[in-house]
Order: sequence, then C-alpha cells, then structure tokens
Amino acid sequence: MNELNRRNFLLRAGTGFSAACFAANWPALLSAATHAHSAAKAATPPKFEFFTPDEAAEIEAITARIIPTDGSPGAREAGVVYFIDRGLTTFGADDQKTYRGGLPELQARVSEVFPDATKFSALTPDQQDEVLHTFDEPAKPSQTAANSGQRAIRPRPGAQNFFETLRQHTIAGFLIDPDYGGNHDGAGWKVIGREREHMFQAPFGYYDKDYPGWQPIAKEAEKK
Amino acid sequence: MRVDQPRYKTSDEVDFVIVGSGAAGGILAKELSTNGFRVVVLEQGPYLTEADFNHNEIEILTQDKLTNHPKLQPNTFRKTPDEKAKPQRALVYGRCVGGTSVHFTANFWRFHEIDFIERSKVGPVAGTGLMDWPITYADLEPYYTKVEWEIGVSGLAGASPFDPPRSKPYPMPPLPVKSSGVIFERAARKLGWHPFPAPMAILSQARAGRSACINCGFCLSFGCEVGAKSSSLATAIRMAEKTGRCEIRPNSYVHRIETDANGRAAGAVYFDEKRNTHLQKAKAVVVCANGAETPRLLLLSANKQFPNGLANSSGIVGKYLMLNSGGVVTGQFEHPLNDYKGFAVSRVLHDFYELDPQKVGFYGGGGLDARFDFTPINFAFGGLPPGTPRWGKDFKAALAYDFNRTMEIFCHGTSLPVENNSFSLDPDLKDAWGLPALRLTYKDHPDDLKLGNWMFARAHELFEAAGAQKKWSFPAGEQQFAVHLLGSCRMGNDPKTSVINADHRTHDVKNLFLCDGSSLVTSGRGQPTMTIEALAFRAADRITALAKRGEISA
Repeated sequence: MNELNRRNFLLRAGTGFSAACFAANWPALLSAATHAHSAAKAATPPKFEFFTPDEAAEIEAITARIIPTDGSPGAREAGVVYFIDRGLTTFGADDQKTYRGGLPELQARVSEVFPDATKFSALTPDQQDEVLHTFDEPAKPSQTAANSGQRAIRPRPGAQNFFETLRQHTIAGFLIDPDYGGNHDGAGWKVIGREREHMFQAPFGYYDKDYPGWQPIAKEAEKK
Repeated sequence: MRVDQPRYKTSDEVDFVIVGSGAAGGILAKELSTNGFRVVVLEQGPYLTEADFNHNEIEILTQDKLTNHPKLQPNTFRKTPDEKAKPQRALVYGRCVGGTSVHFTANFWRFHEIDFIERSKVGPVAGTGLMDWPITYADLEPYYTKVEWEIGVSGLAGASPFDPPRSKPYPMPPLPVKSSGVIFERAARKLGWHPFPAPMAILSQARAGRSACINCGFCLSFGCEVGAKSSSLATAIRMAEKTGRCEIRPNSYVHRIETDANGRAAGAVYFDEKRNTHLQKAKAVVVCANGAETPRLLLLSANKQFPNGLANSSGIVGKYLMLNSGGVVTGQFEHPLNDYKGFAVSRVLHDFYELDPQKVGFYGGGGLDARFDFTPINFAFGGLPPGTPRWGKDFKAALAYDFNRTMEIFCHGTSLPVENNSFSLDPDLKDAWGLPALRLTYKDHPDDLKLGNWMFARAHELFEAAGAQKKWSFPAGEQQFAVHLLGSCRMGNDPKTSVINADHRTHDVKNLFLCDGSSLVTSGRGQPTMTIEALAFRAADRITALAKRGEISA
C-alpha cells in the first residue's frame, strides 16, 4: 500500500473520526513514515556515542554471528551496532557495565581459544563461533507454561552475562520497528516477512483468503 | 482529545473522589458525573493520548511506558506465608489514564450463569474459600449490554450455543477473521466443538467519533493510535470530561484514605508529580485502583481506629487472590498465516466452560482462543519451538520461516480462591516514595494446574485435527507473575468472609466503595475486564441511588 492509498484507507476507516482526533494522529503516522524513509537514505552512518571505533568493530562482528548475513541481510546490514550504541546511552544505560566488563572478557576468551589472535573481528567466522560457544549457558531448569514468557512478554531482565545481553540487544535492533533507531531499511522485517505498512486489510494470510464468511453449524450435523 | 475540565480545589469537598481511571474507574467517573455529581479522578500515571502511542517495543516492553515500573515500584514474591519474600517483579498493570484497558488484548466475553453460583452447584472445594456471589448473572445482564453498546464491543450474538441469555445483540459485527481463526474454526468443527467469532472491545466499524480498527498489528501491550480499542481512555473518560463535572487529575499517587473521628472516609491523600502531599476532600471515596493497589491502599490506610487497615475487620483484605490459570499451546503451519496483521484474537470456543468435576477429577472450566499476540522482538524471544538454536544461521532461518507460520491457542481457565494467595505490604522493601512495596504470595491450587494441563491437551487435539506441522507447549506450572488481579477485596453478604457488599460499599466504612478486579468472587474463565466494567456500571447505579436517598452523607 503506497502513501496515498494509505491515506485514503485511513479516511475510509475513520468516516466517523473526529476532525480533532484526525489532526492529532495523522501527523504522527506521517512523520514516522517520513523519518524511516530519510533514515534509509542517509549516506553517512551516525557517529558512535558509547563505543570506540575499535570496540564497535568487535561488537558488530559478534552481532554478525548472532544474526549472520547469508542469502538475506543480517545484523550488519540492519545497522544493529548503531542501535546498541545509541541504546547504551539511552534505554539501556543500565547495561553499560555489562559491556565495559564484557569486552575485556571477550578478549580474554579470544586469547584463550586462539593464543595467536589479536582480536575477535580478525578471526574467521568459524573461529568466531567457537569463541562465542564458550558463552553458552547450561540447559535451563524445567520450563513451564507459567514461565515460558508467554504472559510476561518482555525480554527477561536476568541477562547477566555479556553475551546474553548482547544477544537480546542484537535481536531487538534487528526486529524493532524501523522508526525507532534499529532495523535499518527494514532489513529485519524483510527477513521475517513482515510488511512495513502501518495498517492492513483482510484477507491477511493463506488460510483466510477463501473464507466464505461465518456459517452457523447446521442443526442436522449437530444431531449426529 | 482532552476537553476543558473543571478544576476543583483539594479543600473543596467534592461528591466523589475516585482512585484510578482504568476499566472500572473510568466508567464510574462517567456515570457519576453524568448523574450530576462532582467528581475528581486521581490517577497515579500520566495522561497520555493517541498522539503519544506508537509501535516502539523498547519503550513499551522494556521501559514500561504504559505500565507500573519495577524500579519505582518494586515487588516481592513468595509461594507461601511461611517464606520470606524475595524481591522480584510480581505484576504488571496499566499506569496511565485509562489504566490496563489502554494496553489489554480486549477479549470481552461475558461471564456465564455458572460463574455466580458455582459454590452451590459444585459444593465446597477443599482448601479454598469458594463461595457464591451475592448477585446473579441476571442482575448483571443489563450492564453487560450497556458495556457492549456504550463502550463498544464487536461480536455476533447467538454464535455460541453456550452463551448466556442476552437482551440485545452486539452493536456491531465481529472483526474480520484471521488465518489463525479459520484454522481454529475448521479444526474445532471437525472435532464437534463450537467455535464462534471472538467478542472484542475493538471497533469493527467507525463509531462515536472513533476509527474502526486499522489492523496495525501492535495491539496487546500497546495503546491504540486511532482509538479503535475500547479503552476507558478512548471511551468513558472522554464522556466523563464532557459532562463538565469531572476532573481527571493525572500523576496523583494516592497512598492513604483519610478517615474522620466518626470512622468515615474524608478524602484521599496523594503525592503530586513533585511529591508534594495533598488531601482531596470528598463526601465519598470510590477505590478502583486494581486488585493489587486497592487492597494495598486499604492496608496503607491503617490508623488507630482501623489498626488492621481500612475496611478490614474481616482480615481478608488482599486475600483470596485469583490470577486465572492457563497458558498457550503453539502450532506451526505449512503456509503463511501473516497473523501479525490485526488484533490478537478472532475465534473462541466455550465447549469446556463448565466441566463436571465428577468426570474430569478436578474443579474448573475454561475457554480456548485462536491468537497471535507476538510483536517481532518478543516472537524472537518467546515464539520459536523449544530446541531452536538461540543464535546463528539456524536461529535466523527459524525466525524467517516461523514468524508468519505460527499461531497460538490460549487456554484460559479458572483459579480457585485460596486464602493464603494474596497481595500484602512487604515488611522491608519500599517503593520510590518510601511506602511499603507490594508483596505477592501465590501458590496455584492443584486443581488449577490440572485444569491447565487438561486444556492444553484439548488444544493439542485441535492442532492435530488442523494438520499442524509442529505443535508444542510446556506443562502448567506455578505462577509467580500476576496480570489478572482478582478477588482480593471480594463482594459478599457476610462481613466475615467479604470486604464489600452487593452495592460495592465496604462493610465497615459507609462512604467507602471499592470496584475493580478485587470485587470478583470467582475468577470467571480468564477474561475478567468485561465483567469488571459491567460491575462498574451497576455500582454506579447503586451508589447513585444511595446518594439520592441521602444514605451516603453523614
């Protein structure tokens, strides 16, 4: 749905929409779309605020193993490292310590596994994975419906270890609505097949496209 | 949009001060101000509007823009009263004008007749305080209809053979069906069950100056940018403001109900945004602060005259808490459902609403719904099948394949009222204002867990009949996190076993009323907000009648 169709759709959807309400909402929807558009066109990436350029290279190399670039864009193309950098000075300021402590820890593990290597980003992808697997956690204790994260639908705060924190931040930066500082050019949403529109119309998917409309259950069928 | 409101002085004794502006508080504000009373609503959260709502998962899900904040308002949890509670986040509720109704899923089933008379029908259940309500479904029916027409509910009357009697059809047709709904409907009918279009407090048609749902896909946990979700913010609060007699005062954190020498409520004491303390004087106080904060406020209001807390001569304020049992079973299908589009739920079934304890071996019942309520980030954290790698090429491939092919069946069920399950004041931990933090004590009754697993088995049967490629769930486990906050100041005729009477008036304080999830006597089958709102409409009628007969003022 292009910009104009979207506007028409909103108008149609909101025939009873009050003028005041419309005035308050439309600019928000429009400016969000405009922002995403200009961000996608930006030629020079923003400067780092928290990481040094060397640190940023290390972090970006890890994000690129968490969500690699294969046939489709990965964390690198989605600009995840910029999202994390900005996050650490805003919503994720509490995690600064985790990164400050985690980067030397990463270096130590690189040296331990590959004594001749100087830094993580210089390793081959397979070597990088080998280092990252040293962060793997043992299997979690029994999972239940009550703690499977379905009700508490938020990233668990217990991401104490550096790699788990970075893993969560990488996923967030890859999949967040592109209007909010990550998922550059909608790369993450392209991978998962989520369209960028702000509004949709039925039919939505394969199984509802031929739905004939609600039919009551026939009385005879009921009796059998 | 905010319209001009009156500004009452705190020294001005208004007719009613209402604590909380959510599902119940919004409706009471609307009804009481419409009936001619002067009303002040004190809301602890900010006054946000549609222009403030967005699709930012970080702000909503990790920074709690619309909900109670764990840093400012920490909690503790323990399973039983003999344990020392440990600090951990124990609940989530809406903390903004409109309360939890701003971010809820908007499933709006009515309770059925059985929910009000279950104790009489199934008899006592060992280890519980299960009892009948002092009112019946018939008493509440006109008010359910009022919710549907005045607040706005989409649905199809008569589509479920298990529906209780109703006096009027829904005011508008159901929302469109999603792929998850079609899969659910076809498979359920194969099994001889009776799926029906979900009743949802979301507009399927433009109505009363509000837009129809635009299917943006950021529904559960998010505020609606076009006012299609029938929150108190989009509906009752605005109607209350239009009366010119109701002031909504946001950023006002009530922490004590003041009482006078005669043991009557004199007003509500609150912190403003700058943490200055004020007393808003009122002829009567109505607390609609939710099933956690309402009992907390009564306990915080303890004084010489009421040493155990206000309205707590029974000693059960905060107790008999019910969270609703249940959980999800997830399924994966061959073709794209694209279920991220639209609201969460389009089909429901109530075939298991009333199970026979003699046959199944436990008390309870519930409903199933077809849904997809994941946003992209939380799908990556919680929507993939167990055993999926947590990072790397295969993780990415799973994300790419599963996101559009996944749906869930949510199994909603009863919780039994157990006396030890409660909200109370933590003896050590304080919130950012120096007040005792909420302590959750909770251990699911064994029947609640049995019901959960029984319902999961039905959802597996449904996915089997639907030809799912994969399906999975986890066993029902003991809950440590509260969303539905029910029964903690329950209604009843006996002042020894209840906190309020059928008029929502506290047994102990004649001009103090409570109405929210805490008023419920039983838990229903998992969708309480519709009933909370019907109770609020009814409470407003009862309170108005009392006030007009001069039975509230001293």
